[in-house]
Amino acid sequence: MTAAVASPPATTLAATGTRVPQDTPALVVENLRTHFFTKAGVVKAVDDVSFSVNRGEILGLVGESGSGKTVTGFSILGLVDEPGRIVGGRILFNGEDIAGYGDDRMRNLRGKKIAMIFQDPMMTLNPVLRIDTQMVEAIQAHEKVSRADALARARDALGQVGIASPEERLHAYPHQFSGGMRQRVSIAIALINKPDLIVADEPTTALDVTIQGQILYEVQKLARGTRTALIWITHDLSVVAGLADKVCVMYAGRVVESGTVDEVLDRPLHPYTHGLIGSVPSQNNRGQPLRQIPGMTPSLLNLPAGCAFRTRCPRADKVCEVEPDLTSPLPNREIRCFHPHLEGAA
Amino acid sequence: MTVFIIRRLMQAALVIFVMSVIVFIGISVVSNPIDILINPDFTQEEYERAVRALGLDRPLYEQYFVFLGNALQGNLGDSFVFGQPALELIAHRIPATMELAFGSLFLSIVLGIPLGVYAGLRPDSRVSKTIMAGSIFGFSLPSFWVGIMLIMIFAVELGWLPSTGRGETVELMGMQVSFLTWDGLQHLFLPALNLALVNISLVIRVARAGTREAALQDYVRFARAKGLSSSRIVLVHILKNIMIPIVTILGLELGSLIAFSVVTETIFAWPGMGKLLIDSINVSDRPIVVAYLMLIVCIFVVINLIVDVLYSVLDPRVRLQDVKQ
Amino acid sequence: MSPPANPKAAAAVTMAEAPAVGARAAPVQTPLRRFLSEFAESKVAVGALVVLILVVLCAVFAPWIAPQNPYDLGQISILDGRLEPGSESMDGWTFWLGTDDQGRDMVSAILYGLRISLGVGVTSGMIAVFIGLTVGMIAAYFGGKVDTVIMRVVDLQLSFPAILVALILLAVLGTGVDKIVIALVVVQWAYYARTVRASSLVERRKEYMEAAHCLALPTRRILFRHMLPNVLPPLIVVATVQVAHAISLEATLSFLGLGLPITEPSLGLLISNGFKYVLSGKYWISVFPGVALLITIVVINLVGDRLRDVLNPRLQR
Repeated sequence: MTAAVASPPATTLAATGTRVPQDTPALVVENLRTHFFTKAGVVKAVDDVSFSVNRGEILGLVGESGSGKTVTGFSILGLVDEPGRIVGGRILFNGEDIAGYGDDRMRNLRGKKIAMIFQDPMMTLNPVLRIDTQMVEAIQAHEKVSRADALARARDALGQVGIASPEERLHAYPHQFSGGMRQRVSIAIALINKPDLIVADEPTTALDVTIQGQILYEVQKLARGTRTALIWITHDLSVVAGLADKVCVMYAGRVVESGTVDEVLDRPLHPYTHGLIGSVPSQNNRGQPLRQIPGMTPSLLNLPAGCAFRTRCPRADKVCEVEPDLTSPLPNREIRCFHPHLEGAA
Repeated sequence: MTVFIIRRLMQAALVIFVMSVIVFIGISVVSNPIDILINPDFTQEEYERAVRALGLDRPLYEQYFVFLGNALQGNLGDSFVFGQPALELIAHRIPATMELAFGSLFLSIVLGIPLGVYAGLRPDSRVSKTIMAGSIFGFSLPSFWVGIMLIMIFAVELGWLPSTGRGETVELMGMQVSFLTWDGLQHLFLPALNLALVNISLVIRVARAGTREAALQDYVRFARAKGLSSSRIVLVHILKNIMIPIVTILGLELGSLIAFSVVTETIFAWPGMGKLLIDSINVSDRPIVVAYLMLIVCIFVVINLIVDVLYSVLDPRVRLQDVKQ
Repeated sequence: MSPPANPKAAAAVTMAEAPAVGARAAPVQTPLRRFLSEFAESKVAVGALVVLILVVLCAVFAPWIAPQNPYDLGQISILDGRLEPGSESMDGWTFWLGTDDQGRDMVSAILYGLRISLGVGVTSGMIAVFIGLTVGMIAAYFGGKVDTVIMRVVDLQLSFPAILVALILLAVLGTGVDKIVIALVVVQWAYYARTVRASSLVERRKEYMEAAHCLALPTRRILFRHMLPNVLPPLIVVATVQVAHAISLEATLSFLGLGLPITEPSLGLLISNGFKYVLSGKYWISVFPGVALLITIVVINLVGDRLRDVLNPRLQR
């Protein structure tokens, strides 16, 4: 599965139009905090999250619902609505901090330099508008092109994501497509302006497993081929295993473990990651009761003090009542734990 | 699409037929059907002669068929007061009432939708809360009282607009219409506003609810993620989605508009069907009442049909469902 | 080397740490008390309720509060006609809101008119509720053909604007209090029937209905003891607003000259009488009854709105 890679230019355009060196990571998130100020209290949906993604690289952001992974994605695009807002940290897109950008400046980036794919394709496409309308407007919002040219690009984009007879499909309405095809359309829309970064929020969760496989394959091919940085948000470890280069595991708004996919999955250090991997039913444990992580995700309004995983962790003790910092026990690995699984094989 | 229309047309015809039976039976049960067609002031001899001449001494179902036959030919009896065919008299007044009704519809759309959408986009702002409070008033105040107030304020106190009557008319397609003259518009404005007030309130509420709901939908977020401008999001994405409930409401209410025009026409002395109806009821001119009833039924049925067709145009999901059937 | 995992310690920590979300000591709240306190959260609604109670009291006690009985010809004098608000009568007391063309004191006329308007509105409302309730529950409970037939009738009736139906009925029946009440009942029952049927259908699918059915309870008992209490809340909301509509409709009909006779004028007729004087500046004959009507309708609507918000299960916290 080798994609033809065009020889990359030596520099790339940052958000403000200045040129930055090619090897600048497409996205660097530093100590991001996004809090929601609700009547019931402050919900720290994202609480000190850091990671980076290079061009052509795929980062998997893994966590349960409530772990803050989706809010992280929205924070990058500036789509966090009241009562939430970014309260700290930096988001460096091509070297520029966009965390404080107003809506106008963000609108220039959205859909053009940074694109997002959502989870449920039925509701992300407007049911009363045709596909071509929804694709052409994505182009015309950022460039002055004629409708004919825009339609041509839309057609190509549909072909690129593997939709047959794109000409007819353009005239159709979203409800005339299957779930998998709708998601392909969403991906096509995301790619249509050749963004530097795509944030994909659980795009295959609502689809059949076979379709999921196809889409994962196509997305990986496209991302590598166009050297687009891709953040794939999911709760499903197996997706990450086949797709991503790096992975960040999130729990209760914090990154608890990160590293390359191979290393993290072969040798998980954090007890949570350990539990996640251990709970995947696999052939090796035939006949044995399924292992699970005891307890439930705590409500973000009532996090336990110190390490958020403490209440469910078999290795927790008094030390864990203080929140652990990020440490790097192994090269290119980071974890947030006082008792990582540093012994031999997991 | 044609199948759809034909099917609806047949349903419409059925409803009209059923209504004619109900009207006939209703009038027969409550009062002598003979009285519909014959002036009760006749002498006994004239009365009996007329009865026989019109075949009214026949059994009821025969009479009904005569009635139906006559009705289909456009003959619903002569007015006792004016001596002319009742249907003609009413039909003559239809343009005036339609002008009023459509003027109100126009105001409902032009005022109701922008106000409602604004209230939906900024639900917690002061302006929005004022709009909603206003809509409660518009909705609950009896329209005749509002009409009186409008006359009092704008015509009597301020003298800006005329208080009664219809303005100058010009001929358009064989009908007399007044909205094409400035004088006509001045006369049309207050009554149309009066009639529209309930509608405007309803449209505001529906538009607001729809906008609020639409604004929270994923496709709006997705549109923002594509980098679309807010005006495009509101005017294209949101508006198209709320048009369906709005068209429904307007369609349902158009019938009500025509009905309530009875009140508005009375207050503003507007020479439409409604005023004729009230006057006729007050002098017991029954042929006109019957003719009005049948005409109204037909109009309502037509309106329902148009709304159904509009529905399928606006919501592609409905359109395709019918085709599959 | 990490210390051996101690499940007991972990569990103890969990339990000690498990926060009691919202476990403040709360007073025992019966449904009624909770309903009242939620209702009272909107000051507007409470204010409206107070005004409404006042209005009702005025209407009920009108013969005792009003300075004169405006329909006792012995008490009025045409020489007092068309006097401005605040003028003095021949007998020395003040016409606070002026007089109409017959010399009736507006305050008294309004109080008596209020009595009639409210009386007609509430009576017709109650009868219509009773009919609608019965029909709606029957339709929902028995389903099938019974349901279809009933609902066709209801739909047909509802597809015509209330005012038209009322107009035609009154044209045919003539005037009089009983005839107005009949007309209003005919116009309203269908709406109640549909609302009741809708909520009955929802209730019918719930498990307690199956349980009652399994116990082989008689139909009447199931309907009245089990389904009715659950169907009532949305009905109460609808009924409140509908009473306002009924009052408004009656006023409109009276205004058009089709409603109550001059011997028992409601607010609508008073307004109608006064209309001809508006153009000549004697506004009080029409405006004050109008304001009374307005206040009544608006407060009923406000109370009904609040009731709806409070009783709406989807908005429950």
